[in-house]
Amino acid sequence: MTEVAVTEQIAVDTATGTPLLTVANLRVSFGETEVVKGISFTARLGRCLAIVGESGSGKSVTARTLVGLTGPGSQVHADKIDLAGADLTRQSERSWRAIRGRQIGFILQDALVSLDQLRRVGDEVAEPLKLHGWGTRASRSRKAVELLSSVGVPEPEVKARQRPYELSGGLRQRALIASAIALDPKLIVADEPTTALDVTIQAQVLDLLAESKAGGTSIILISHDLSVVARLADEVIVMRAGEVVEHGTAHQVLHQPRHEYTRALLDAIPSEHTRGTRLVPAAAAPGGTTPPYPPAKPDVSEKVVPRTRKAIDRDRPVLQARNITQVFRGPDKVDRAVVDDVSFELFAGETLGIVGESGSGKTTSARIVLALLRPTSGDVLLHGQQWSALSLAQRQPLRKQIGVIYQDPLSYFDPRWPVGRILTDALSTGKRPPSSSAEARARAIRLLEQVGLGEQHLASAPLRLSGGQRQRVSIARALAPEPEVIVCDEPVSALDVSIQAQVLDLLTGLQDELGVGYLFISHDLGVIHHMSDRILVMKDGRVVESGTADEVFERPQDPYTQRLLTALPRLAQAS
Amino acid sequence: MSSISFPRAGALARLGSLRIPVRPGTAVPLLIVLLVTVAAIAPGVLTHRSPTAIDIEHTLLPPSLSHPFGTDDAGRDLYTRVVYGARESLGIGLGATGLAMSIALLLGFIAGLAGGLVDVVINRILEVAFAFPVLLLALLLIAIYGPSLTTEIVAVGIGSAPGYARMVRGQVLNVRKAAYVEAAAALGHRRHAVVRRHLFPNAMRPLVAMITLGVGQSIVWASGLAFLGLGVAPPSPEWGALLDYGREYITTSWWLEIMPGLVIVLVALSVTALGRTLQHRLEGAAR
Repeated sequence: MTEVAVTEQIAVDTATGTPLLTVANLRVSFGETEVVKGISFTARLGRCLAIVGESGSGKSVTARTLVGLTGPGSQVHADKIDLAGADLTRQSERSWRAIRGRQIGFILQDALVSLDQLRRVGDEVAEPLKLHGWGTRASRSRKAVELLSSVGVPEPEVKARQRPYELSGGLRQRALIASAIALDPKLIVADEPTTALDVTIQAQVLDLLAESKAGGTSIILISHDLSVVARLADEVIVMRAGEVVEHGTAHQVLHQPRHEYTRALLDAIPSEHTRGTRLVPAAAAPGGTTPPYPPAKPDVSEKVVPRTRKAIDRDRPVLQARNITQVFRGPDKVDRAVVDDVSFELFAGETLGIVGESGSGKTTSARIVLALLRPTSGDVLLHGQQWSALSLAQRQPLRKQIGVIYQDPLSYFDPRWPVGRILTDALSTGKRPPSSSAEARARAIRLLEQVGLGEQHLASAPLRLSGGQRQRVSIARALAPEPEVIVCDEPVSALDVSIQAQVLDLLTGLQDELGVGYLFISHDLGVIHHMSDRILVMKDGRVVESGTADEVFERPQDPYTQRLLTALPRLAQAS
Repeated sequence: MSSISFPRAGALARLGSLRIPVRPGTAVPLLIVLLVTVAAIAPGVLTHRSPTAIDIEHTLLPPSLSHPFGTDDAGRDLYTRVVYGARESLGIGLGATGLAMSIALLLGFIAGLAGGLVDVVINRILEVAFAFPVLLLALLLIAIYGPSLTTEIVAVGIGSAPGYARMVRGQVLNVRKAAYVEAAAALGHRRHAVVRRHLFPNAMRPLVAMITLGVGQSIVWASGLAFLGLGVAPPSPEWGALLDYGREYITTSWWLEIMPGLVIVLVALSVTALGRTLQHRLEGAAR
């Protein structure tokens, strides 16, 4: 992989470009809690200012404040919020409506909830035009089609007549952007505009925003994803717990971070460079109550401590999928292969990554491997013995050999059960069911300790745990029956990057300790590369490429893999 | 699983969040329901009179300090009769709801778990039952078996069962699809264990509040039937029967109608209010 040479790149002076929006000492609080604690910045024409941070950093509240949508119960104080001479601190709801859409376009993360499901896409795109009394009904609908076409929606006339749920995620997001730029606002505030999108679609949406920027629009991009930011931003603000921890040019912040938090965030990003190492330094190894970010590392070289892995036994596969195919009949009575002739082997102590975009058949494959779904054809062997074709009763005693971790652990816990009961229940299904309640309790505590939690979590309700803690409990539950294989279905996709790093470290640590094999499913190429020994790339139900992690990432053979890798935003792109 | 004595703070925290706060909107209904419960269990605590003591000297007296609800044409203290009627009225409410719930749970769980043809058949039966007016069903039963406490309970119980059954079925279908049910299967639990440990308790959760609501509803239904002369016969102090009895005097002695009527309304309202509170809390606790 070639990195863009950054040496010749001169750090962009943050002062270039005409100032459009100036914010000074912005404070937002809800009741007693201050969530934004005095931040200042300037957005300039033709430039992109990115505000990055993890959940709870106050970045989204900041974005909403800029469009007057902070929400009920909020108090906003600022020395100055100045949009091209207009004072935004003193606007009535009525005058805000004149500003939103016309002067500031607002793009939200989830287009499916941001667009009215019952209205046609064209009407939704034309909505700001109508609100601001632009043109006639006929000219507005012509303009909507033009706008859709300008954001690269194919067959705009057709799409304008469809409803949001009939469009794919990428098209919906583009329709939302079309609506945000309908009146050609000088400022676009985009709150996580690509977070819900597949990587190739994400690249298209980012390109679209880059075009707007090139056309002189000022963009404020809110994101948790530093690589997305790298692709678009000229200036970056890093927020944590309502405060600005670092503010500088994109190049400086992403390549020469001054603040330890920024550095920790950057280090926590899994990629091809981090494979075989810990993402979080051992000194900061997480317990359940670690600070929200790992402290700074005194020396970068300390991190490159290779894992001490158990040898992978390549003689006998633990898990074998042989030509599995899953056909579903659609509402139009047409059969579609969601999984099409997929074969793979997983050896003990090894991680096999399955990567692909939404709809590629990853999760269906996982469900077949877990025997929660019977494949239309093909079969799965566990330890060389039939697994998928067994009857329920025959399979039940073998279940302990295969565990599973899900993306959203909370919904996979019985809402009535505390952590202790969840774990003892899982232990009772295992190879060595505890013989007494005292033993069950002791082993539950031991499991919690293994995943970085402790006895005090036994009585906790999963609902009251943080996302990272829930995933740890979910890992503990998967480990309880002492399986040889754990299927990990997007296990870190819902987590902040620093928590993600801790969970990934935990998974690799457990593999080193226990020699468990992972079937690791993710849409995130960085995570896949970091975790996997071998990789399958799936598209439309088929395996389009497979090989060792380095083969796939460095010498991709299939055009789709090549496209995926090109679309992947990288930190090195920061200008 | 062996029962393990964890300090179940998780469960306790959930119960804790159910703690009824002392707000007038909850405290007053709670007090009323408490009083009615006491009346049903030990009516002697709330009144020293006998519900059947006839006093020819004091017939049809309006409400006063010595007779807070007034007296009837035989000089019986109406307040005492209302207190003694609580047992039958509450009994009908609980009995009918209990019967309705038993039928509903049975049908709902069979339909929800079995699916397929069984589900279709049960659903069609429920739909037919739905289309059949409850009053008509009650009339039919009473015509066959004659008016009595049991007939009333059975009539109201059967009448309200289909609604609950559909709710139970929907709940079972919901929980069946829940991710934690799949997780339990993936963990290697047998089907009956999954049903017993996850499906049943979780499907039952929202029904607790529905049962409370149902009791209030049943009391009103039963009173209505009794008022039409189709319930418990008038010498009994059952609230609906009191209403029926007082009807003749409505133009001259309003309290015979208004007092028991108010009690029915208050009790039904209180039970409903408590049910709603419980429902909100349970839903809140169930994320």
